[in-house]
Amino acid sequence: MKNLQEICPNCNKEFCKGLWRQNPILIQVLGMCPALAVTTKAVFGFSMGMATTFVLVCSSLVISSARKLIPPEVRIATFTVIIATFVTCADYFLKANFYTISKELGPYVPLIVVNCIILGRQEAFSSRNNVLASFMDALGMGLGFSVVLVLLGSIRELLGFGTVFSYQVLGGWFQPWVVMALPAGAFITLGFLVGFFNWINAKRKT
Amino acid sequence: MIANLVLIFIAATITQNFVLTYFLGVCPFIGVSRKIEHALGMGAATTFVMTLAAMVTWLIYHLVLMRFGLPFLQYVAFIIVIASLVQIVEMFIRKTSPTLYRALGIYLPLITTNCAILGLTLFMVLREYTFLESVIFGLGAGAGFTLALVIMAGIREELECCDIPKPLEGAGITLIIAGFLALSFMGFGGLISR
Repeated sequence: MKNLQEICPNCNKEFCKGLWRQNPILIQVLGMCPALAVTTKAVFGFSMGMATTFVLVCSSLVISSARKLIPPEVRIATFTVIIATFVTCADYFLKANFYTISKELGPYVPLIVVNCIILGRQEAFSSRNNVLASFMDALGMGLGFSVVLVLLGSIRELLGFGTVFSYQVLGGWFQPWVVMALPAGAFITLGFLVGFFNWINAKRKT
Repeated sequence: MIANLVLIFIAATITQNFVLTYFLGVCPFIGVSRKIEHALGMGAATTFVMTLAAMVTWLIYHLVLMRFGLPFLQYVAFIIVIASLVQIVEMFIRKTSPTLYRALGIYLPLITTNCAILGLTLFMVLREYTFLESVIFGLGAGAGFTLALVIMAGIREELECCDIPKPLEGAGITLIIAGFLALSFMGFGGLISR
């Protein structure tokens, strides 16, 4: 039995890089489609983030344990089929237990299959590293993705409806900005969020 | 009948543009929209694959999956169909027309992971389109994707010589412009009253 240090020497680093330094949305600008589409309210962003994290972690576990069995010529097709299987599980789970949320998310749950973050992590990380390292990497990336989704959802819900997670935050004096609930609001908010993130990073460097 | 088809086409192209209202295909929209000619190539390749994918997945969904009671295999089946379709189209074009291959070739592998294609097939099933309607829907969605991509590329070419705040350069300003484009496309909403 090897100890933990030997199997995965920089577990912490693999986990943390997804949260900030290589954040999938803000730095790598991947997985835009769900990030923009489902964040009209914070709770939808949260469910989407959890579903994506589940698929990412499960497929990373399977692919990193079978990485020596998958022939390199058909690896992309193999990854896609594995991912699609877990997405089907997640979709049926949401339909069975959280029907209203599943109804609101609509076709964006099955669209997790083509989320470039998931395929990108398999190609860049899980197919080359051991199970534990891949697990930490997938968990970090999934959580980094979820945090941005919840943040984006909260900003849009606050300005578009005056609530956050359906709790009234801004009082009756507040005139909701309808544009925030529309597609245009999603693009503009994320644009400024990416800009703000870059600005903080530039400040920290100097 | 004809009016219905025209309506589906216009809705998919303008009023419910895939990129600007459903956010499908935003990744290539941000990645490939730097030059107008690249945008046109990517748009043409996507439109072609979209129309084909709409036809093939409609047949598979209605003739195989529904007939044998396997709708839970929908996502796995669709993604395999799309991936193999892209592969076949690539091989076919390479054999038959080297000029077309040189123009579209580099964009084809990127299309498999373009969520607009899978999104198209999912919407097609959700809205219960007939075969002909699905084909028109695919064509319209492709045209809308190309339109958005080309407009964006045109704006970004102009943007090269603008003074943009440093943190907003790249993805930031592109997303904000896409927001304004989405707002202006909403102006077409009155074209179709339902």
